[in-house]
Amino acid sequence: MANIYVNGEAQEVNLPLSLSELIRLNKVVQPDMVSVQLNEEFVDRNDWKNIQLKDGDNVDFLYFMGGGSK
Amino acid sequence: MIDFTEEQIQRYSRHILLQDVGVEGQEKIMNARVLVVGAGGIGAPVSLYLAAAGIGRIGIIDADVVDLSNLQRQVIHFTKDVGVPKVKSAEEKIKAINPDVKVDTYQEFLDSSNALDIIKEYDFVVDGTDNFPVKFLINDACVMVGKPFSHGGILRFNGQTFTHLPGTACYRCMFKEPPPAGAVPTCSQAGVLGAIAGMIGTIQAAETLKYFTGVGELLTNKLLTFDAKTMQFRTVAVKHRDTCAICGSHPTIDHLIDYEQAACDLKQHRK
Ligand SMILES: [Zn+2]
Repeated sequence: MANIYVNGEAQEVNLPLSLSELIRLNKVVQPDMVSVQLNEEFVDRNDWKNIQLKDGDNVDFLYFMGGGSK
Repeated sequence: MIDFTEEQIQRYSRHILLQDVGVEGQEKIMNARVLVVGAGGIGAPVSLYLAAAGIGRIGIIDADVVDLSNLQRQVIHFTKDVGVPKVKSAEEKIKAINPDVKVDTYQEFLDSSNALDIIKEYDFVVDGTDNFPVKFLINDACVMVGKPFSHGGILRFNGQTFTHLPGTACYRCMFKEPPPAGAVPTCSQAGVLGAIAGMIGTIQAAETLKYFTGVGELLTNKLLTFDAKTMQFRTVAVKHRDTCAICGSHPTIDHLIDYEQAACDLKQHRK
């Protein structure tokens, strides 16, 4: 078991776990609408599947927000 | 040094009483020029608070006319204004609140052809737009000419905002490019609780006033997000990205881009 902090909250996960798998576990409905930071560095979406998470990693999901509707 | 009239001293007394603002801070506010992009849900509270605060010159750009469905959140427009250009309706309210404020109205959309010319007339830009193409346009134009701006976004019960100063993280550092049109929430999903626009807009107005008065710490290199359902606020540290296409050390974008707006937003939702 390992602890990953997702948007500031601890989640217990089993390693190995890639960033893509974490995104799936967190049921991000529209991955196209999210930008991901790992330990305060942005990760290109093409690299999500290659990045293996470690105990204590901080992951932030930042969502696109427009302006509601006009 | 501005010579304050008796009326101004009275009008701005609650600013002047603030130790961090005082007469000097109020003078900076009165010398400030701010462009508010969009006279909608976010632009409305921003414009109202900036007018009340005594910002010297406020530019407002919006091509639309007031629609009945706007009144649920665009609090600068009244029922009698339905059918009136939003910039005219906004100008009238600003003048009514504070006749000292000079108002420039632009009844057009901000795009690659006019953005740089309009933005360069102002000291600070507030993004109160409802769509990603213009959010990227404001970001890129401000980075190109070295203007600070406040970004705001809302979705359903959520809001987010950050402030950019030259050298700090920009919108593209966080979001490389607009989401694919197909991924943007569909019209029926994309509603918003009206007061959320007010929450974001008032935070942006406060950031604008902080910028001019130099009070406190701005939301630079930070993205403030909140969920009004739980009223949880969170500030995420974000870094300037050296590989950013507009503000990185080797920028690849050398001109403004007019991205396509998602069809749904244009056809069904704008009127
Ligand atoms: Zn950037």
